[in-house]
Amino acid sequence: MKKFIPLIILIVLCLFPVVIQNAYYQHLMILVFIWVAIGSGWNVIAGFTGQVSFGDAAFFGTGAYTAGLLAHHFHISAWWGMAFGGFAAMAVAFPFGWICFRLRGPYFALASLALNEVCRHIATIAEPLTQGMVGILIMPTFLSKIPYYYIALALAVLSVVFVQFVMKSKWGYYFLSIREDQDAAESMGIDTHKYKMVSLNIAAFLTGMAGALFMNYMGFIDPEVVFSLHDISIMAILVGIIGGVGTIYGPAVGALVMVAVHEFFRTGFFGLFKGLAAMTGSDAMISVAKTISHAHVLGFGILVVLVILYLPNGIVGDWDKLVGKIIPFKKKEAAS
Amino acid sequence: MDIFLQTLVAGILKGGLYGLIGIGMSLIMGVMGIINLAHGQLMMVAMYITFVLSHYVGIDPYLSLFITMPSLFLLGALIQKYTLNPLMEVDSILPENQVLMTVGIGMVLVETSRFIFTSDYKSVQTSYSDATFYLGEISFSVALVIAFFIAIGFTLFMFWFLLKTDIGRSIRATAQDKDAALLMGVDSKKITIITFGLGAALVGAAGTILMPIYYLFPDIGGPFTRKAFVITILGGLGSTVGAIFGGLTLGLAEAFGASYIGMAYDDMIGLIIFILVLLFLPGGFKRLTKI
Amino acid sequence: MILFELKNLVKHFGGLAAVQNVSFQVEKGEIFGLIGPNGSGKTTIFNCISNYFPVTSGSIHFNGQDITGLKTNKICKAGIGRTFQVVKPLGRLSVLDNVIAAAFSKAKNKKEAHDIAMETLEFCGLMHRKDIIAKSLPIGERKRLEITRSMATRPELLLLDETAAGLTPTEVDVAIDLIKKIRDSGVTIIIVEHIMKVIMTISDRIHAINFGQTIAHGTPKEVSNHKAVIEAYLGEEYAHS
Repeated sequence: MKKFIPLIILIVLCLFPVVIQNAYYQHLMILVFIWVAIGSGWNVIAGFTGQVSFGDAAFFGTGAYTAGLLAHHFHISAWWGMAFGGFAAMAVAFPFGWICFRLRGPYFALASLALNEVCRHIATIAEPLTQGMVGILIMPTFLSKIPYYYIALALAVLSVVFVQFVMKSKWGYYFLSIREDQDAAESMGIDTHKYKMVSLNIAAFLTGMAGALFMNYMGFIDPEVVFSLHDISIMAILVGIIGGVGTIYGPAVGALVMVAVHEFFRTGFFGLFKGLAAMTGSDAMISVAKTISHAHVLGFGILVVLVILYLPNGIVGDWDKLVGKIIPFKKKEAAS
Repeated sequence: MDIFLQTLVAGILKGGLYGLIGIGMSLIMGVMGIINLAHGQLMMVAMYITFVLSHYVGIDPYLSLFITMPSLFLLGALIQKYTLNPLMEVDSILPENQVLMTVGIGMVLVETSRFIFTSDYKSVQTSYSDATFYLGEISFSVALVIAFFIAIGFTLFMFWFLLKTDIGRSIRATAQDKDAALLMGVDSKKITIITFGLGAALVGAAGTILMPIYYLFPDIGGPFTRKAFVITILGGLGSTVGAIFGGLTLGLAEAFGASYIGMAYDDMIGLIIFILVLLFLPGGFKRLTKI
Repeated sequence: MILFELKNLVKHFGGLAAVQNVSFQVEKGEIFGLIGPNGSGKTTIFNCISNYFPVTSGSIHFNGQDITGLKTNKICKAGIGRTFQVVKPLGRLSVLDNVIAAAFSKAKNKKEAHDIAMETLEFCGLMHRKDIIAKSLPIGERKRLEITRSMATRPELLLLDETAAGLTPTEVDVAIDLIKKIRDSGVTIIIVEHIMKVIMTISDRIHAINFGQTIAHGTPKEVSNHKAVIEAYLGEEYAHS
């Protein structure tokens, strides 16, 4: 039964836009899918290889700008960015990893954070190329959300399946060995520098593709959006942590939770407070509804703190623990 | 020449403050071995406390140090006790769990502030906020000079504390060798709590004395967190003396960058230094002194 | 035939000389014991051989080739496996996955790696533990896992670092049997060991060092009767046992 769950979920996701024609919900799902790709990429380098990256936006933004600049300067479809964005991100990842993986300790994490900021500054300053803060605007290809939905779904599925495939291969074993003990890995004949590079480049590729899709879908990017430390790099980490570091489906769950919590607060518990405000007409209610809608990041932050404290392996990694806590009798069942 | 001197003065004044911010981060780095990515955010909290005290109670920012520092100490100690220390016993895949926790805490602090104070800019206007005096051709901002001396005062106090008091010695022992310190009877949990509290109080002091000069908004912490870790890396992870040099270097580099290259590059300069240090001097200034 | 040779190995840490001018040759197929009191530089020699840190001077030869300065993973690929004194299991992976990860060093594909791993687990007697998470193994079996993992890289020469330390007497006997079995399968072994019973019963030749310098070498009998060795180290310990 458990084997079919991914398949069932996939079928449900394929039918989703047919059943639910509300563009708003389709939009949310597209965001979830983009985050699945980003989260999966982060998970490869951080969750499986143990090298925590604080700079995923460098890859995301590079992918997005690749798509945007191709359309802007060469007047070819931004969809080409999907083909090139991943490789462009790898072109950033390669020299960066080459240098930084020579250092052990917290240097990689810090250097990736710096990479993020450097990329953002370059995109801001290199105005002739990127238009700086003005950003890049392209005409969307489709008016309907549905084509985007399926493309994003394909990207998300591709990311998850690809990561699963990698993790079952030699590379996967090597990544995990490096994460668990770098000295042991070296003594087992694993070129740790090389395989960290492989891992980082996989992460960059997936994240770059997600960035290119983001450009195509949103139609507008600027350095503050796609190279954002908080909204992209840190979020990528949080998606990974909440879903489950070092699990295949963790980033998917994390992405869903992240977008759901975000929207849950933004819409005031899906309009609950707005409804209450309208019903009662009280000023207090209106202001509560308003405040709640501003608290989405706060809600997410608290969730992150709680997850790290109580579910250190994330929702997927600690699923049994979670289920056991919510439904105590199930625990007994599992134990017996 | 005047521009040069003016820039030099600005850089040193700024550097003194940066040193104060960096010391707190270095202490935490040294004892707990983690980068505190909520450091600037703690500073932001201190700034809001200063703002409230000044705006609603009418307490002068410098006087409010007596309230902000203990408050921040308490906040830092609570964070360490209830969110970071429990993680030591938790088995997780990523050793960086505590660092990630500080990211989460930073988010909560920022968003709580936004929740209470909205994203609007706040500032504390004092009689000396815009006052300047001249030595020859060079102008000095009164508030910045006061801030600089307070920062130096706290820095010296920290050294006295670390070198001469029992708790200070325990902190240094823990930073040098955690296991050995434990064997010598140092209560390492208590030390981590005190250390985080101290780090928070120091950066809180920096926030408070910046208040007469700076604007305040919830997101102000982020850039300072980044500055703090550039300083920490520059000084060599965990070195308090290094942090002062790191702070001065960053302050000077920013000032000269702003005067001679352009204001827009202010942030970029810290990053470039950071990358250069990573490439050519991993280990920071500490490494230079050790060899 | 000489399989492995250390020529005038010197290693300084700052001003401290940890290894001074140590040379020895290891014949193919023998068990070569390396002994010395605590801090005499045994593990440092191992770490120099597998290039965890660079040698200060001297050279290391394996199969007639100079392997000095080769990266750690290349040394493993060249055919020198090693275990660690402080065991380093890949904690969150199963025992089988630990061994598969190592087996990839010689295997062409996953199936082959899996086969090598299973074979090695059987050979080293860890088959019954294959699905256990490595960090939950007791210390004796963790040490065994270290050996199994390095055997899965199909080495010609195996460096064993304190394999019997911390084991119960029964476990020590099992470990001795395993080491002999590995030798009989054609793998040359260099062993660092504290427990004299182990080193004296299994070594063909022994090399004794103290303060990073060679003090004696020869058969177990010769070495255990050597005055410098008895003074340095065996005097107390061997007399007691």
